[in-house]
Amino acid sequence: MLIPHPILGPRDAQEFVYLGDAALIDRPDGMTAGVEEFHDYLYQRDNPAGVHRELWYHEQGDRSWLVVTRDTVTHEILGAELARDVARARGRSK
Amino acid sequence: MAEHGLKPLCALGEAAPKAVTIGPVTITERADVALASLAPRRGREDEVRAKAAGIGLPLPGPAAAQAGAPLGAVWLTPEIWLVEAPFDSHEDILGHLKPVFGDAASITEQTDAWVRLDVTGRDLPRLFERLCNVDLAEVPDGFATRTVIEHLGVTLIRRSAGEVTLYGPRSSAGSLLHALEVAAVSAF
Amino acid sequence: MSQSHRIDGGQIDRSRTFRFRFDGVGYNGHPGDTLASALLANGVRLMGRSFKYHRPRGPMTAGSEEPNALVELRTGARQEPNTRATVAELFDGMRAQSQNRWPSLRFDALSVNDRLNTFFTAGFYYKTFMWPAAFWEKVYEPIIRRAAGLGSLSAKHDPDVYDKGFLHCDLLVIGAGPAGLMATLTAGRAGLRVILADEDFRMGGRLNAETFTIGDQSGAGWAEATVAELASLPNVRLMPRTTVIGAFDHGVYGAVERVADHLPEPAPGQPRQILWRIYAGRTVLAGGATERPIAFPDNDRPGILLAGALRAYANRWGVAVGKRVAVFTNNDDGWRTAHDLAAKGIEVVAVIDPREDGPEAGSLRAIRGGEVVATKGRLGLTEITVRSGKGRLETLRVEALGVSGGWNPNVNITSHHRSRPVWDEDIAAFVPGAGGPPGLMAAGAAAGRLSTHGALASGQAAALEVAEALGKQATADTLPQAEDAPVNIRPLWQVAKEGRAWIDQQNDVTVKDVKLAHQENFTSVEHLKRYTTLGMATDQGKTGNVLGLAIMAELTGRSIPETGTTIYRPPYTPVAMGALAGRSRGREFKPFRLTPSHKWATEQGAVFVEVGMWLRAQWFPRPGETHWRQSVDREVLQTRKSVGICDVTTLGKIDIQGTDAGAFLNRVYANTFATLPVGKCRYGLMLREDGIVYDDGTTARMGENEYVMTTTTANAVGVFRHLEYCRQCLWPDMDVQIISTTEAWAQFSVAGPNARNLLEKIVDQDISDAAFPYMGAGNVTVCGGLRARLFRISFSGELAYEIAVPTRYGDALIRRLVAEGKEFDAVVYGTEALGVMRVEKGHVAGNELNGQTTALNMGLGKMVSKKKDSIGMVLSQREGMVTEDGLRLVGVKPVKPDGKLEAGSHFLPIGARPVLANDGGWLTSKVYSPHLGCDIALGYLKGGTDKIGQRMRAVNLLTGLDTEVEIVSPHFFDPEGERLRG
Repeated sequence: MLIPHPILGPRDAQEFVYLGDAALIDRPDGMTAGVEEFHDYLYQRDNPAGVHRELWYHEQGDRSWLVVTRDTVTHEILGAELARDVARARGRSK
Repeated sequence: MAEHGLKPLCALGEAAPKAVTIGPVTITERADVALASLAPRRGREDEVRAKAAGIGLPLPGPAAAQAGAPLGAVWLTPEIWLVEAPFDSHEDILGHLKPVFGDAASITEQTDAWVRLDVTGRDLPRLFERLCNVDLAEVPDGFATRTVIEHLGVTLIRRSAGEVTLYGPRSSAGSLLHALEVAAVSAF
Repeated sequence: MSQSHRIDGGQIDRSRTFRFRFDGVGYNGHPGDTLASALLANGVRLMGRSFKYHRPRGPMTAGSEEPNALVELRTGARQEPNTRATVAELFDGMRAQSQNRWPSLRFDALSVNDRLNTFFTAGFYYKTFMWPAAFWEKVYEPIIRRAAGLGSLSAKHDPDVYDKGFLHCDLLVIGAGPAGLMATLTAGRAGLRVILADEDFRMGGRLNAETFTIGDQSGAGWAEATVAELASLPNVRLMPRTTVIGAFDHGVYGAVERVADHLPEPAPGQPRQILWRIYAGRTVLAGGATERPIAFPDNDRPGILLAGALRAYANRWGVAVGKRVAVFTNNDDGWRTAHDLAAKGIEVVAVIDPREDGPEAGSLRAIRGGEVVATKGRLGLTEITVRSGKGRLETLRVEALGVSGGWNPNVNITSHHRSRPVWDEDIAAFVPGAGGPPGLMAAGAAAGRLSTHGALASGQAAALEVAEALGKQATADTLPQAEDAPVNIRPLWQVAKEGRAWIDQQNDVTVKDVKLAHQENFTSVEHLKRYTTLGMATDQGKTGNVLGLAIMAELTGRSIPETGTTIYRPPYTPVAMGALAGRSRGREFKPFRLTPSHKWATEQGAVFVEVGMWLRAQWFPRPGETHWRQSVDREVLQTRKSVGICDVTTLGKIDIQGTDAGAFLNRVYANTFATLPVGKCRYGLMLREDGIVYDDGTTARMGENEYVMTTTTANAVGVFRHLEYCRQCLWPDMDVQIISTTEAWAQFSVAGPNARNLLEKIVDQDISDAAFPYMGAGNVTVCGGLRARLFRISFSGELAYEIAVPTRYGDALIRRLVAEGKEFDAVVYGTEALGVMRVEKGHVAGNELNGQTTALNMGLGKMVSKKKDSIGMVLSQREGMVTEDGLRLVGVKPVKPDGKLEAGSHFLPIGARPVLANDGGWLTSKVYSPHLGCDIALGYLKGGTDKIGQRMRAVNLLTGLDTEVEIVSPHFFDPEGERLRG
């Protein structure tokens, strides 16, 4: 598999470590959210046959975490963004 | 020589750097380069660029390395450069850089984190196609990338068609050299 | 021996003779021969025994699709089973043995299976060896494996090396027949980077096996000239002997190059094979087509070949498989065999064509409307019985029979992404379907373009399309003249006649088996395959699959498109395990990481242990010590008595800087870090988001915005990845920069009552307790000016420091420490003594941080701060993880002082039966404590805190251990911590 790195162009998936659903970015605030909310955040994941947004880490590369949009049926990759940009766009800061 | 009298060892375990020639290729260990990582603090990238320019330190863009005298740099990540300097004059590389950048950048000594092997000779793509997925024949001079050679994460820089610099994990220097040697014997 | 069946012509070098042996008998052949062609040239048709019935078999094909002629090639450690004689390139001195026969190929005792064939039908094993279950492993399987099998392994280490490699190209062309050559030529002339890979050692594909002309040249001559031009283009890489084994995602292809298989053995350092990973912008599959047989009774005798193979042996290798031959074909291409052989002076007895309207026979005798209904010849074909269209039976004496049931395009690689081939009625074959690997297109016979002109034209068209897609200018040169015969075929799958008719010769699948599968309702192609084993094993059904499913279609009354086909998966042909392993075998399985003191430790005769990739000194034997315990006990006692030195460089070290570094640590550690003063360090506990303990270590604050984190050796990489995740994905605006410095610093622990006394001789600054108190940290210099870092931390429970210098000085520093330590009888200790001391002190390590345990389990529950958000804080409070009677870390001592303990043993109440309901937890780490003079252990015990002082049993049902133990505090040694503050 090749992952279209937004900075470095196509890179072999061998260089990456896979984490999972990009919904992990939406971590609740531990000071306000309770066990239920964290439980859902951590365990209640969609597992679509189709388009999936997921986190990949370019460990043997530039150490960027990416959000890769991939069709889990065809393995077609529809795009890749820096996870940091995605996180900011989703309102995360410090 | 510092007054402490402690004798350094090169990454490959000897007092002097090693050099090996196999066929048209020579692999040379380099112990004469001091290294530091340079990472601008958040929001201070422009300041860091200005200060770097002031001391003649190039800050190349993604996937690039730029040599310089005395300072060169390699793009490592979107936030970090690896600064190269002559070891003899810059052994205390933080002592040189920290006063320049102050609190505008996070700077960490990296000199002994790496083994540096310079690979020179003709037909280097024929060697590296056995080692890593870098398309060495096609990438431009000054291309720098992290790649994997026999399970080891290595920073590879194409200085020219006939010269490649590798920075590999220092503790695995012997394994990295071995991988290069067997590949060279196999390829040539 | 004379080459009795060698005839004129062919692309072999008759000026040189190779000598080789098959089953101990010597023969001659020539460069350019395969083992099969050379044996056939010597009149040897019998080359193997079939898998199940042990039927005598000879080659059926002249290529990689061969199901029958499987041999053990070479001898000794290089012996390789199941090698196809049809593609084994002959070399001087080759040794080959037949396989799956005993005692000899000509007389095989297990050919009795053939007589018992009524029992060995499809599903035989499923039905027969069902009961009793235990018999399967112990009785049935060993017998079956011995009886039904292929070649045997040498069971010796493979002496050859295998490489892996990576190639990049604009265009990968698979197959160097007319389509592939034309595609490469067109793209190569246009300046594209092209890789042309072909499994054969001679490029040209079928052109080498045919008598066609291309332009004014022979086909083979055109191929040779084209290859020569391609070889002169710097942008074209020709890779003969290279099989593309699979299409993977996004234009990545796997290929195996056989670098030295045609040599007696590889040159020193030369790999036998290379597994290439090819990154291709576009791909043209020009893999040709494979002929398929017709099922008729006893169609598997040596001497019965596919018609195209029969003429390939004559045209390419100058071999007459038989001196009297017949051809049985349902299509016009089969007639080419008859014409070519006749032109070579071989006696062609008849062409049997089930059609009434086949081509003009010329001087050949045609039996129109005819079918072969029987054959004879125990070890090789001697005669065939033919039934003419009028029903008349006639027996013909022949040594060879060429059979053609039509040609199947080699669609294999197009279905590696699960695309299903589609049936093309015009050529009566499957052609590539939609949804193949993106960027791949088929050309030539692989695309169903079965004429030479069709191959040249489609190869050129494919290359033009690729060039255009890549924005390159390619020209459509005028194609040379070539034959463009249409495909005339009337499908004939089986001859309706009693007797066993083979479909898949490798797996001994006959028409009868397909009928049985149908009868038992295994009618889908996927069921058919699994029930009958059709299409399995080394040839993956290249000759038999389509025939089998077509017969199933006939039985069910469905059409072939309705019946469908199984699809192919990688690899295209078998791949040696060695090629997949590459260099990663034995001592080279993975790289090593050496500590800065490695050279010194080696000089001391240290015993090393692998810890991940690290080689760490485990203990340092002294003269006279004959047991490891003597060394370890001495190292522990001497450290506790005076001072010990240990290389702890392997612990992960991460520099964390930035104005938000403290806040960041507060988030990633469960305990508080924001309050840590500059110049101090603190133990940090890192949780996973699910509340389980992930890692631990000390983190020092070296400056206002500068921290140094340490991680466990095992988790160094994972923790770094986790920190990057936290700063990039969770808190993207935090001003935090991190970089690993594990390798940059050589770090040594100096521990014991004399630790400070020793270090005062090394460190240039004041390190008195007042100046450098417990948990102090800072930058210092050593030995008169070398920059260093000092941390006053202890894993052993002793007064202890960790001192770090730039790695290149690590060797010098340990030598200096040892020299300066002489006056204190300083000892250097390894990981065993380290482990003993940490257990004595009750510190957790990998065995306790096993990914199942919480801070509460470890007795560290109070460390999890609820006043701040941190990873894992919320879920560590989950019900079930905070129960009062949950697992707690305890110490364990045997009741009898000489009692033995074992890690992994379980706690049981005294007198309780060893069943799960009575399980109280388990022992995690066990050591012999020289300090206490007995075995001690740590363990997790349910409600353990309340059971201190009680007695239980440690039970290990695997080893038989069942011993009474006392539950104690995990702090066996200096529980108040007075020593480390000393």
